[in-house]
Amino acid sequence: MNDTNDTDVTNDTNDANGTPDDDTAALLARAGVSAGPERLSRLHGKLEEAAARDGILDVAYTTVDTPVGPLLLAATEKGLVRVAYAVEDHDKVLDTLTTRLSPRVLRAPRRLDAAARELDEYFNGARQAFDLPLDLALSKGFRQLVQRHLPDIAYGHTQSYAEVARLVGNPKAVRAVGTACATNPLPVVVPCHRVLRSDGTLGGYAGGPDAKSILLNLESAA
Amino acid sequence: MKPFEQVVTEHADTVLRVCRAVVGVHDVDDAWSETFLAAMRAYPELSEDANVEAWLVTIAHRKAVDITRARARHAIPVDELPDRPSTSGLPDAADPDLWDAVKALPSKQRQAVAYHHFAGLPYRDVASLVGGTPDAVRRAASDGIKALRTTLAGTHAKGVTP
Repeated sequence: MNDTNDTDVTNDTNDANGTPDDDTAALLARAGVSAGPERLSRLHGKLEEAAARDGILDVAYTTVDTPVGPLLLAATEKGLVRVAYAVEDHDKVLDTLTTRLSPRVLRAPRRLDAAARELDEYFNGARQAFDLPLDLALSKGFRQLVQRHLPDIAYGHTQSYAEVARLVGNPKAVRAVGTACATNPLPVVVPCHRVLRSDGTLGGYAGGPDAKSILLNLESAA
Repeated sequence: MKPFEQVVTEHADTVLRVCRAVVGVHDVDDAWSETFLAAMRAYPELSEDANVEAWLVTIAHRKAVDITRARARHAIPVDELPDRPSTSGLPDAADPDLWDAVKALPSKQRQAVAYHHFAGLPYRDVASLVGGTPDAVRRAASDGIKALRTTLAGTHAKGVTP
């Protein structure tokens, strides 16, 4: 047994700030370094419930697996606020939500249950339109105007950037329509993939051209 | 500022160990949840350069005091509860002897060990949390560690001595 000096308490530390020495660290390491995933997930679940109940769960998020890769889904109390592809970098997306909406961002899948179910139905070909409350807080002005129009393009149909510009009342704003589609915070649910170039080629897409083709093929097969 | 989820992920274990040491196995889950719930409520006002772990330990300390007072009001003799098998898994399973020894420490020593050694707060921060001088806290932590060594010498002497 390491019988330390009774009078010199500084023996237990290496510096004035009190960094524990190796011996003490070894003793306390036995307290365990981790609570284990099961217990943490149970505690986390309780936190999710309490935060939602107390109205401080400003942004809830989860991820779901889909044929276009894992999608991050985020919702405020108002509704679904963000759908993000893996190529957008989910960590970066969460940082942006923290800055633009609130730092009270918590993984809390229950608020996303309905969105996850409807996406599942969509990818199974069983759903053609989404029926979810949306929070459009992440887009403003002309971009939001364009994004509000996109759900009017019917499932299995497409429009060109120029057509969309004309339909939202600003026929010269073709490039701005492109930007509005590229910055759509709610891809898949707000179907910017149904907008193509006038020559029929795909045009850009936040999830990459492959994701856009997969969605268009899915819809044309139905 | 980080998403709050990241704060939970990074500090979940530390807060759990601190709560476990200070309020005991019976109330540790409640103390953990209430600490993070209160932290989440206050999080948007936290300054960018704050020491998040020290802030969380401060909140955990307040929750522990609340829980201890509430328990005293309801006169539940928790310290006298018979030992029961834990249904909550780690960290209790990590070393029940250690946790029993921590539980047996006088409250000042237990807090000093929890906040200084488990959470890594400097003595002066622990002192401002629990009252008294940094030297008194240093003494309490030292006495606490010594008591743990003595208690555990019989069961796990091999792992403790150099």
